[in-house]
Amino acid sequence: MHQSQYSFTTSPSALVQVAEIASRYKGRQDKLMDVIIAVQKIVPSLAEDVAAVIAREMGLSQNHVYSFVTFYEYLSVQPRGKYMIRMCSSAPCHVRGAKDVMDTITEMLGIKIGETTPDNRFTVETCPCLGICDISPAIMINDKVYGDLDPERARELIKKYIREDI
Amino acid sequence: MEETRVLLRNKDVANMVDVAVSMEHGGYVGLRNALLMDGAQVIETLRDSGLRGRGGAGFPTWMKIKFAYDAGGTSKVVVCNADEGEPGTSKDRILLSTDPHSIFEGMAIVGKAIGAGRGFIYLRAEYSYLFPILENALDSARKSGILGKNILGSDFSFDIEMRSGAGAYVCGEETALFESIEGKRGEPRTRPPYPGTYGLFGLPTVLNNVETLANIGPIFANGVDWFRSIGSENSPGTKLFTVTGNVHRRGVFEFPMGTNLKDIIYEVCGGIAGGKELLAVQTGGASGAIIRPSQIDIPLDIDHVASSGGRLGCGTIFVIDDSNCVLDIVKNTLEFFTNESCGKCIPCREGGVQLLKLIKKISEGRGSVIDIDTMMDLSNTMRETALCGLGHSTPVPVLTSIANFRDSYDRHLDKDPCSKCSPERGLK
Ligand SMILES: Cc1cc2nc3c(=O)[nH]c(=O)nc-3n(C[C@H](O)[C@H](O)[C@H](O)COP(=O)(O)O)c2cc1C
Ligand code: SF4
Ligand code: FES
Repeated sequence: MHQSQYSFTTSPSALVQVAEIASRYKGRQDKLMDVIIAVQKIVPSLAEDVAAVIAREMGLSQNHVYSFVTFYEYLSVQPRGKYMIRMCSSAPCHVRGAKDVMDTITEMLGIKIGETTPDNRFTVETCPCLGICDISPAIMINDKVYGDLDPERARELIKKYIREDI
Repeated sequence: MEETRVLLRNKDVANMVDVAVSMEHGGYVGLRNALLMDGAQVIETLRDSGLRGRGGAGFPTWMKIKFAYDAGGTSKVVVCNADEGEPGTSKDRILLSTDPHSIFEGMAIVGKAIGAGRGFIYLRAEYSYLFPILENALDSARKSGILGKNILGSDFSFDIEMRSGAGAYVCGEETALFESIEGKRGEPRTRPPYPGTYGLFGLPTVLNNVETLANIGPIFANGVDWFRSIGSENSPGTKLFTVTGNVHRRGVFEFPMGTNLKDIIYEVCGGIAGGKELLAVQTGGASGAIIRPSQIDIPLDIDHVASSGGRLGCGTIFVIDDSNCVLDIVKNTLEFFTNESCGKCIPCREGGVQLLKLIKKISEGRGSVIDIDTMMDLSNTMRETALCGLGHSTPVPVLTSIANFRDSYDRHLDKDPCSKCSPERGLK
């Protein structure tokens, strides 16, 4: 991880909210996941300043929080787009044309896998099986699943998101 | 071919989240019966039923429960593994969304057996949309006195809490899952101690797969003889099969253990789509064996599949047509395993990367016979020395594809460019 990205600055008002959430679970390391999932909804990223507040309020080391966050795919120390697009690359999707769908989506958004659009609206990632292989090739955009995609359907879908017509 | 719907019996019933609806359809009858027994009797019943784990390894369920039963202490826990991370499986998602109470019921019966007061469901992040549904179902059960203090008027108290994963395949491994719930990185622990004596929070723990747990209620409701009348001698009961890939009809189907693989592919799923031919089948997820069309006439039960070098695992059937190349599939699974390796032990962290490099080299027409030998060597080392199941199973698709598709490997060595697995088609 690049230090500069981990050092992303979070607004003071968001940090107050973070402290409020984390302080409910002082000494409860087993609640770290719940706290982080809740916090990730209100901050752009789990950056250094956020980790420091969580660590202080829960009585954990900042190092622990950082090493926890960087272990899990769904948690991020870098800001991600408003829409997180996860494109399944596992074999059952692969043999049904996942690669063409991925190429279509990255081309439309003009970014590579792992990148975020300059307007901070879209991040694209590949991911392992989403558990919806009966409609492969499949993707998720935030909490929503989309399947039976081909380049044309993928294009229609992304257009809707670009227009915020969802 | 008709499905045998035991676990999916309520699949088409609306609003199964509501405990009243669940009870109208036979929910919690098994729990009522189990509450009249003591722990030893519950375990005996499970032993006599012959139920084996549906999460991968096929370990006898009663034995796991017995380990925790025998462990000292008064505080014990039951954990439901709802991490469903094996590529190509969606059966647990179907159970969680269509009959959540059947899972809670199984957990409560296990809890009764070992005297545990608490249960946890670890749900993968990819299924976060099920989180509120399960919370609602839990609330509904609590309001009816089925979870909480003195459940169903007995002297047994038991409640269940939800926990989230955050996108890590390895967290489906039991000890990694414990670490994750404890608020740590999901790295597997060295064993012993085993979960039966030292599991979640260091307490005696029974961890079961969603499907295993869903089988328990019906066993206590309908009896051991009924259960044993379904399936095969060594693997009684039904199994959920997730069929994926290049077949006409994909999805989750329930059949007795021992059902023929070929029949499922051709009769249930309508065979290969798009006028293509069958190239290969992989059962047991990414960590399963890859077999030839001539090998698919086999009964799917735990021991049969194991004796043919593969594993039934969680019951996935991945069908691959001849527009694909077997090496490309192996490459895809190795990409998966190297991405998901937690990096704690060297055989897996390094071995996976080397295997991936070699398969890429061979698939690009730059490989030699020595590379295939090296892949076999590395695979055997990983199988023997890796710390957890992820490192043990990474070599399975490698070794089985070399054994069953040696001709494909050799064709690549002749340096004929393979149009089906060019680097363009592979991922990343
Ligand atoms: C890398 C890895 C991932 C696993 N993922 C899962 C999973 O997602 N779900 C599951 O039930 N078991 C999974 N298992 C198997 C569990 O460790 C454990 O054996 C199983 O949940 C036991 O339940 P059972 O006895 O009911 O089958 C995984 C194992 C390994 C090594
Ligand atoms: S085998 Fe792989 S996943 Fe398992 S502990 Fe070792 S490095 Fe981690
Ligand atoms: S393989 Fe893509 S959703 Fe399962």
